[in-house]
Amino acid sequence: MITSVLIVIGSLILIVAIISINGAPSLSIEILSQTSEGGFYLGPGGGFLNAIIGSLLLALPASGLAFLISIALALYLQKDFLKPRTSNFIRLCLDILWGVPSIVYGVFCLAIMIAIGMTGGSLIFGIIALTLLEIPIITRSIDESIKMVPLGLKESAYSLGSTKFEMSIKVVRKQAMPGIIAGFLLGFGRGIGDAASILLTVGDSNYFPSSIFDQTATLPTMILNLVSMPDDAVQNKAYAVAFILLIIVLLISILSRSLIKKSTKYIIK
Amino acid sequence: MSEISGIQIETKDLNVIYHNNHVLKNINIKIPTKQLTAIIGPSGCGKTTLLKSFNRLLDIIDNVKISGEIIVDSENILDHRGSEVPDIRKKMGLLSQKPYPLPMSIYDNVAYGLKIHSKKNKEEINQVVQDCLKEAGLWDEVKNRLHDPATRLSAGQQQRLCLARAIAIKPEVLLCDEPTSALDPISAQQIEKLLLKLKKEYTVVLVTHTLRQAKRVADYIIFLYFGKVVEQGSADEVFNNPKTPEMKAYLGGEIS
Repeated sequence: MITSVLIVIGSLILIVAIISINGAPSLSIEILSQTSEGGFYLGPGGGFLNAIIGSLLLALPASGLAFLISIALALYLQKDFLKPRTSNFIRLCLDILWGVPSIVYGVFCLAIMIAIGMTGGSLIFGIIALTLLEIPIITRSIDESIKMVPLGLKESAYSLGSTKFEMSIKVVRKQAMPGIIAGFLLGFGRGIGDAASILLTVGDSNYFPSSIFDQTATLPTMILNLVSMPDDAVQNKAYAVAFILLIIVLLISILSRSLIKKSTKYIIK
Repeated sequence: MSEISGIQIETKDLNVIYHNNHVLKNINIKIPTKQLTAIIGPSGCGKTTLLKSFNRLLDIIDNVKISGEIIVDSENILDHRGSEVPDIRKKMGLLSQKPYPLPMSIYDNVAYGLKIHSKKNKEEINQVVQDCLKEAGLWDEVKNRLHDPATRLSAGQQQRLCLARAIAIKPEVLLCDEPTSALDPISAQQIEKLLLKLKKEYTVVLVTHTLRQAKRVADYIIFLYFGKVVEQGSADEVFNNPKTPEMKAYLGGEIS
């Protein structure tokens, strides 16, 4: 058991250390505040602000959209609304979707883009791919946390004359809040770090996207591009990008902990 | 049963089957208005099931079959559908075995029912919250921390909060499912006293497995044994002059 613990903690420390050691020297105000135009992939110039912005512009709307769909779906999956047989079938579908590799979502969106005659990538299809990718993750996490709400609490809400809807929105939602936040952040974390689904859908760009139909750079695709360059100095920039991605995920994790702590104040144990 | 002035709840041939377990068999009872009726009997005899059938709480459990009639205000509530169901439940406050405050502040727990059922303004809600907390004997303990989470209260205080929350929506009946069994003796005594006070305004139905509690508080007794009503009548009659061997055995402590 101790070995397992050491493997887990050890690999986390190693990942953070290697990324930091290799990435930190390449980090500078310039690299964080400039776009990748002007030879970012060729030599010392340029930065990757466009990829940071691109990743956020993809992951934030996608996570928001996926969250709205997921919370409604998760509340509806409870047996107050659906027969267990139906909801278990939907859960099975969601679990299968959860297991689908993200590249498949990418290919799926690519097929739609080709069918409607779009050439090149666009932000909007990246958002769609990520939304689809995140829905099963967020829905199932929220669903599990709602299933944990004690029957006695639901009975209390019902016995005060609540409708199913009022019971779900005003009581169950509050009780399940920590799980709901965790579900959202799990989805967001997956979305912002996923490369495969957006590789085929958002294309690449050296500039900020000016509309949702523009191509854009993202942090994961940029890492991919950087390591495939022949120059060592350019390859090292990949670590800097990975470092920023790591920081973003770390920030989300800290934020989620504090939000979850806040929301547990009222819940019934 | 000549002394019964009004009937709040009446059941006719009520049968409840969970999965394949016939829990309640041909229940025919009358629960008198504004009195305290105790449902007693050994554990597993269907007391709680009977109580929860009165406010249609059995609906939320899978695989339950209910037949017969439950008449409240001259309507069979088993016929009610859709939005009528919350209206029945609104008439019947519930006090469960373990207090379940809503996941919100003390104030919001009491205000919850008012907010979903009426369009009262803030001052009116404040007034009702204060009145109900006073009625439940909790006001002095919580008046300075109304916006604290309800979970910070002790179990006894939580149970009184649940009582305040129930009476805030002006029910006709209070359904109490062993409300004192999870509490310390002093809190249990407080709840008992409150129920005695509240029966002047509400019909109280108390499920209890302690015979002594029933003897202390009940006006009317319904004795259930293996899903059947074996004896019902005024507390005087049932306790001093039991008719059936089962009731005698239960009173004698031979079955519990």
